[in-house]
Amino acid sequence: MHIVDGALSNPVVIAGAFAAAGGIALGLRSLTLERIPAAGVLSASFFVASLIHVPIGPSSVHLILNGLAGILLGWAAFPALFVGLLLQTVFFGFGGVTVLGANTVNIALPAVLAWMLFGRLIGRGSPLAGAIWGGIGGGFAIAATTAMVAAALALSGDAFLPAARLVFFAHIPVMAIEAVLTGFAVLLARQVKPELFQTGASA
Amino acid sequence: MAHALGPNETTLTHPGSRRIAGLIGSIDPRLRILAAILFAIVVVGLSSLMTLGIAMGLSLGLLVLSGLPLRATLKRMAMMDSFIVFMVLFLPFTVPGDPMFILWGMPATWQGLWQGVDIALTANAVILALMTLVGTMEPVTLGHALHALRLPETLVHLLMFTIRYIEVLREEYLRLRAAMKVRGFRPGTNWHSYRSFGYLVGMMLVRAIERSERILQAMKCRGFSGRFHLLQDFTLTAKDRRFATVFAGALGLLICLEIAWH
Repeated sequence: MHIVDGALSNPVVIAGAFAAAGGIALGLRSLTLERIPAAGVLSASFFVASLIHVPIGPSSVHLILNGLAGILLGWAAFPALFVGLLLQTVFFGFGGVTVLGANTVNIALPAVLAWMLFGRLIGRGSPLAGAIWGGIGGGFAIAATTAMVAAALALSGDAFLPAARLVFFAHIPVMAIEAVLTGFAVLLARQVKPELFQTGASA
Repeated sequence: MAHALGPNETTLTHPGSRRIAGLIGSIDPRLRILAAILFAIVVVGLSSLMTLGIAMGLSLGLLVLSGLPLRATLKRMAMMDSFIVFMVLFLPFTVPGDPMFILWGMPATWQGLWQGVDIALTANAVILALMTLVGTMEPVTLGHALHALRLPETLVHLLMFTIRYIEVLREEYLRLRAAMKVRGFRPGTNWHSYRSFGYLVGMMLVRAIERSERILQAMKCRGFSGRFHLLQDFTLTAKDRRFATVFAGALGLLICLEIAWH
């Protein structure tokens, strides 16, 4: 969900830029040199995951998986997802320049929140329990992202409000798909490489 | 976002390959990044449709100078998230003002239409300028230029790692998809498909983490001390100064016209 230039009002754009800079700074502090390769490869993974099209009825959606990124990276999800957005904007023409900050916050803040709320629960208990919490975290993150995009537009002008509400409800199937996929991804990772969630989320 | 890519297109050019240059390609990368950002800030501030039209013309001029393929680039520029397209199409019905026509009992207003056109012009002019000025760079050069522009070093390293591994991981993804295909997997709207996609993502992440462990070991083995050396140096030439002057002049003219016409 990339907002384009010109759609948001100046206060929202400026607030988004400052919030993104703060989140990125916090994330970079948690990135020790030992963790840069892992963060970089995961950032590239999520970039590639966003190229996967999942069928839904006659149409298809592409994955965002920001909840999963948050669960694995913690605060480092902020710079990692920012880098992905920057590359998408520059080389593919998605989103915009002045709204890069707002777009980063809309994707990365829910990722970090999902990690704070569900990170511990996902690493504990049986793989199935972890997967269920992972699914809830994945669904939560994408729901929060949609809500934040809608809110950013609604704050920029009352004219956006009816459409924003409609779009939020239209995205409920997407939230369900992200939740199910995140759940199964966590289930597999818990069985194949259980230490992923203990070490990955600790910083 | 992937509607732009067919199965056989590469995501980003391989590091080390030459990108198409044109006139834009010979300008200092730092200057191009700054020019794109300034252009975006000025254009977002414009509100008369005339000046926005001129800004769009400037972007098109840059496109011609950049030597990018015209049709493919314009297609990418025009592509927006369905969310945003929907919002803009809705504007005539939600902005109050003089009615243009009535559709199913809902009046569409001129003011709403103009606001929609305003957003569409702004968004397309800015993204086209960005793609022609910055998108024509080799991704690695972008990293070096951002470093020269004092972006935090850790962030630049993260960017370089991401650029380096996108193509590697995309190939891995295509291998896994091929493996699924030869086993008869056909994606559909069903539980089995979603479970398979979930396992695919999980497997990609597990492999990515293991790959990053090998990368770290290889880096340590070669005496990694925590500093990367970015080899590219940038110097401004007379040509860069001319470009900067002309570009600043064009932006100044846009601002003057906006003030005069608004």
